[in-house]
Amino acid sequence: MNAHARTFNEAARQQTADLRQRAWIQTALSGYYAKRDEFKNRFQSWPAARDTAAAIKWEAVNHLDRYLDEFASRLEARGTSVFWAPDAQAARDYIVGVAREHQVRSIIKSKSMTAEEIHLNDALEQAGFEVVESDLGEYIVQLRHEPPYHLVFPAMHLTRQQISNLFHDRLGSAPTDNPEDLTMIARRVMRRKYCEADMGISGANFAIAETGMISITENEGNARLTTSLPKVHVAIVGIEKVLPRLSDLALFLPMLATAGAGQPITCYNTLYGGPRQPGEPDGPEEFHVVLLDNRRTELLADAEQREALHCIRCGACLNVCPIFKNVGGHSYGTTYQGPIGSVITPHLRGLQDWKHLSQASSLCGACTETCPVKINLHHHLLHNRRNAVRERPARFEKLIQTAFVFVMRRPRLYEWIGRFGRILQPLQRLVRGTLLDPLRAWTKTRSFPPVAEKSFRELWRERKKP
Amino acid sequence: MNNREIILGRIREALKIAAPHPALHDGTGTTTPLPASPQKWLPPVGGTLEEQIELFRRNAEDLKAEFRECTSANEAGQYLKKLALAGGWKKIGRHSGELTDPVARELGLPEVRTDGGYAVNDLESCDAGLTECEALVAQTGSVLVSAPSAGGRALSVLPPHHVVLARRNQMVPDLTAALQRVQEKFKDKFPSFLSFISGPSRTGDIERILVLGAHGPKKLTILLLP
Ligand code: SF4
Repeated sequence: MNAHARTFNEAARQQTADLRQRAWIQTALSGYYAKRDEFKNRFQSWPAARDTAAAIKWEAVNHLDRYLDEFASRLEARGTSVFWAPDAQAARDYIVGVAREHQVRSIIKSKSMTAEEIHLNDALEQAGFEVVESDLGEYIVQLRHEPPYHLVFPAMHLTRQQISNLFHDRLGSAPTDNPEDLTMIARRVMRRKYCEADMGISGANFAIAETGMISITENEGNARLTTSLPKVHVAIVGIEKVLPRLSDLALFLPMLATAGAGQPITCYNTLYGGPRQPGEPDGPEEFHVVLLDNRRTELLADAEQREALHCIRCGACLNVCPIFKNVGGHSYGTTYQGPIGSVITPHLRGLQDWKHLSQASSLCGACTETCPVKINLHHHLLHNRRNAVRERPARFEKLIQTAFVFVMRRPRLYEWIGRFGRILQPLQRLVRGTLLDPLRAWTKTRSFPPVAEKSFRELWRERKKP
Repeated sequence: MNNREIILGRIREALKIAAPHPALHDGTGTTTPLPASPQKWLPPVGGTLEEQIELFRRNAEDLKAEFRECTSANEAGQYLKKLALAGGWKKIGRHSGELTDPVARELGLPEVRTDGGYAVNDLESCDAGLTECEALVAQTGSVLVSAPSAGGRALSVLPPHHVVLARRNQMVPDLTAALQRVQEKFKDKFPSFLSFISGPSRTGDIERILVLGAHGPKKLTILLLP
């Protein structure tokens, strides 16, 4: 087992034993389920909307060269600098370079998982720049020096008391257990930052090829302020974010909101097509779009799993995943948690190092069923398992399989093993769960089903006796 | 080779092997062409303007925005006076426009105009921001603003109360129609900023409890003029 797998196992073991935390995540998500269903039902046909969304993303990703080229050319035509970053290092260097060139003093940032992926904040801080996360949840986890817990709800694992204590310690605010007061504390801090910051960094939810615009979805207004006031705006965009047409947003905006947050539409859906244009009163003087590959093209090259690039990062698959709900977002040790993270991390960061995530699945398929763009998530987990074994055969498992086949082919032997099991079981009970127990891997957290007193064959024989 | 060519080259190489179309997952084996407009699947909207205004009103209410029909700019101005009194407004931010000018005159408060540029701190200290818009979307209760119709990017998000003035003929049934409208209007001379605003700013980041007024406006008022 590699180090990543060991860390994951250990973290998952601790988290699943924490019943309070598990109950807390359930409570935090319960409102979401009700709202998501309410707004799904307002669609004339949610299944048809999913089919259409899947077909549009398929079209975009399978003609990515054409659409990306169009996207970049249109942006450039209106004065945006587009930087194509083959890997994380290139993207970080470019953004640090922009910050240096403008000698910025403070940087404000709105939520971006792509920026998390390339560890942008660390790079900027190492280069001596102050970066403040402006999204409330991101700000909270930044103050705690933690990665986001969830793609969409970064601080969902924390209670108001924990947040109040954090603000008290770090910002000197009076303790309160009112979420509104806590929000206002962050609002006041952030207001000053917006007005002072000379560089804003954002992500993007969609990249519209037809008109050369990025689209940012948010509720708080922090991304809008981040992209309005500072004189430089840098947006970091994964190359898979492309949508062919502006009108596609009419479908994707309500679907993203419904699937991701149980909202009919997110509060702000904003399109940016360039820096401040002649005649406009405000907006940045410079607009940089960083298009990030960072091994996405390797996933693209895998035709079987290419559709994992259709993901719109709504987080819906995390919210329904029994594994996510029990092991929690931090156990994964990845930028992207939950089913989609388990599918793509092996491609982005190495199959052998991250294949264990594909084993951490009950294959219930809840993720596939909920995904608004119909990514066949649990099948991709199986694909990862298969690919991992193909690349590096698992000898021990192979041996067990061979033994299993050997026994199953020999009814007599099978019967004898059953009898043997019946005799041994009372002995095993004496050592159950201890280090002496040969079934310990299973029995330390579960009970082992008792071997039946009589096998089917025995019962059959008895009945046939006159 | 520059980076652009490197990445586009990788993409072209990768796409040499075709991926199965998503419709093939469900075993139907046929790919249906995309519908011309996804509106068929989205929440339904009534056909008449009156129905659309009613739907907008309901949606705005759900989004915790205030929606009000006014018979004239005068009446809108009078109504804003009431809001100003109740909210203790001392100063408003606005841009010049066909609707904002007469309403602001009626309101008669000191103002910061964003038209030719402004000082951020001046706008930040305003109690309300008064703007026009491109369209109102009945289906979602959203206001579509753009840099030219809303006095730039910050006026509609920085002050704590955003007031939108719109005309009845700016009501459109759905998102598709709203996007179509701006596409026809701007062709390829798009402003650098367009935003669908759906209710006042909000967050659920603390215990998933809804709090209004996260970083943007705490209140949103939409006044519909003839
Ligand atoms: S895989 Fe599907 S459900 Fe999961 S985050 Fe991506 S789009 Fe949402």
